[in-house]
Amino acid sequence: MTELCDRSASELAELLRRGETSSVEVTRACLARMDALEPHLNAYLTRTDDLALEQAARADERIGAGDAPAVAGIPLALKDVLSTRGVRTTCGSRILETYVPPFDCTPWARLAEAGSVLLGKTNCDEFAMGSSNENSAFGPVRNPFDLERVPGGSSGGSAAAVAAGEAVWALGTDTGGSVRQPAALCGVVGLKPTYGLVSRYGLIAFASSLDTVGTFTRSVRDAAVLLQAIAGKAPMDATSLPDPVPDYVAALTGDVRRLRVGVISEAFGEGVQPAVAAGVRAAVDRLADLGADVGEVSLPQTDYALSAYYLIAPSEASSNLARYDGVRYGLRVEGRDSVEMMARTRGAGFGPEVKRRIMLGTYALSAGYYEAYYGQAQKVRTLIIRDYEAAFARYDVLVSPTSPTTAFRLGEKVDDPLAMYLSDVFTIPANLAGVPAISVPVGLDEAGLPIGLQLTAPVLREDLLLRVADALERELALDLRPPLVAA
Amino acid sequence: MPVEIDIEHVARLARLELTPEEMERLRAQLRLILEHAAKVGEVATAEVPPTAWAIPRVNVLRPDEPTPSMPVEEVLANAPEVEEDRFKVPRIVEVE
Repeated sequence: MTELCDRSASELAELLRRGETSSVEVTRACLARMDALEPHLNAYLTRTDDLALEQAARADERIGAGDAPAVAGIPLALKDVLSTRGVRTTCGSRILETYVPPFDCTPWARLAEAGSVLLGKTNCDEFAMGSSNENSAFGPVRNPFDLERVPGGSSGGSAAAVAAGEAVWALGTDTGGSVRQPAALCGVVGLKPTYGLVSRYGLIAFASSLDTVGTFTRSVRDAAVLLQAIAGKAPMDATSLPDPVPDYVAALTGDVRRLRVGVISEAFGEGVQPAVAAGVRAAVDRLADLGADVGEVSLPQTDYALSAYYLIAPSEASSNLARYDGVRYGLRVEGRDSVEMMARTRGAGFGPEVKRRIMLGTYALSAGYYEAYYGQAQKVRTLIIRDYEAAFARYDVLVSPTSPTTAFRLGEKVDDPLAMYLSDVFTIPANLAGVPAISVPVGLDEAGLPIGLQLTAPVLREDLLLRVADALERELALDLRPPLVAA
Repeated sequence: MPVEIDIEHVARLARLELTPEEMERLRAQLRLILEHAAKVGEVATAEVPPTAWAIPRVNVLRPDEPTPSMPVEEVLANAPEVEEDRFKVPRIVEVE
């Protein structure tokens, strides 16, 4: 029998409603799985066992009283860049090793209000900068499908925890692919919503014009439920969108007949692992079997998206990370005056990738270079948006691989930043254009590693995205549990 | 386009103390990354307007209603050094 911690949130909600299990039991199952696997995975930076059991007991009362939202009693993990009142939030960085936020981020505040259960804070690349989780100051996370391989990044801890039953679902953040790429590499569903659909209040900023909060789940239905609970206008975030939030679960009709699916031609070229291309193509054929109208579409500026991203994101980061100055929170290394104190604090507190991006961004924004780099990158951003507009005039959703390869080996790309950056080549354009995208597992490669397919939809068409992803998931009917757990 | 970077100047702007080894490594890595990133200049012509935010909003306002501030002790709880309800810092005049 499948253990409680390996079931989907939707299955568990039904068991909870019928009184066949309790939130405390489900929470204990997750904690036991963490006891067993954390020595191997390192997916969590902070565990909140006592808090979780307390919240679970309260959720059980609400469920018993018949007053329970869909997320009540389901154990959740949060990426450690999401602020939690009274619970240490490190961003995977030495500079915030002891930081305890005095307020909750909006997504968690909403979930807590709805009876969610917090298991802990997950490991990630430092300040969400990375594609392998190797940039965490607290050691890398390992991929549950192969402990010698990376889980992807930057939300690698959230992805690994959900894949391995250390959480039923999780939140992460996606600035250039940090939800979708690790979801693909760990065989779970990863959704990056439209920019602004989920409030960023309390999400510790990396690149403010690109940052989004996204979900890791074991099914597309779970993604719909979790998104529903966190989406919508929030007063503390001026960029959160005022538009009404539709019923995402109701969108899961299973019907994709006559839906126009555009396969992105640029996403099957050089550098894409043959098994990934073949797996994605085969899944697209299944969508055609279901009655979708499949065609090819070109996004000609794809090549330039990566270049623009690696100017815009570091530029915004260099500005956002100026706040870590040893004054109000975090590490301080003393110096003769304030300027020396700040420089020493930052030199000691930040890791190599964060330093690289701060330097890159500072240079790109500095006098004399602003126009040539940042200014030009912002123009490319306009061209990327135009590409999508042209594509969405002909197609309802677009398809590509989520990442060019399946999970790579620990250490394989650490010394080659450009090669590492390339693993986000298919996910970055959606952040630049603000459009929603989802990664769904579509199979395994010859080494038994998960392959992810990415669907992209127009702004605020999460309903469409979830409908197609759900139909595909039902049609494929995969059971992608890592061998570590299935045994 | 070969890129020459004054690493020490940029590090000073960023208030970031770097070791000589870090500076050497960054000099080489930033050059490579910037040469790749400079490709943006190939397509970004004068007619293309820049985008700062993909989903632009103008004048986002909320009702101007005063609410209580966070208690001072909570605000100061994470500070490395505090004196009389204030963040304490070393002298702010640079020492030559």
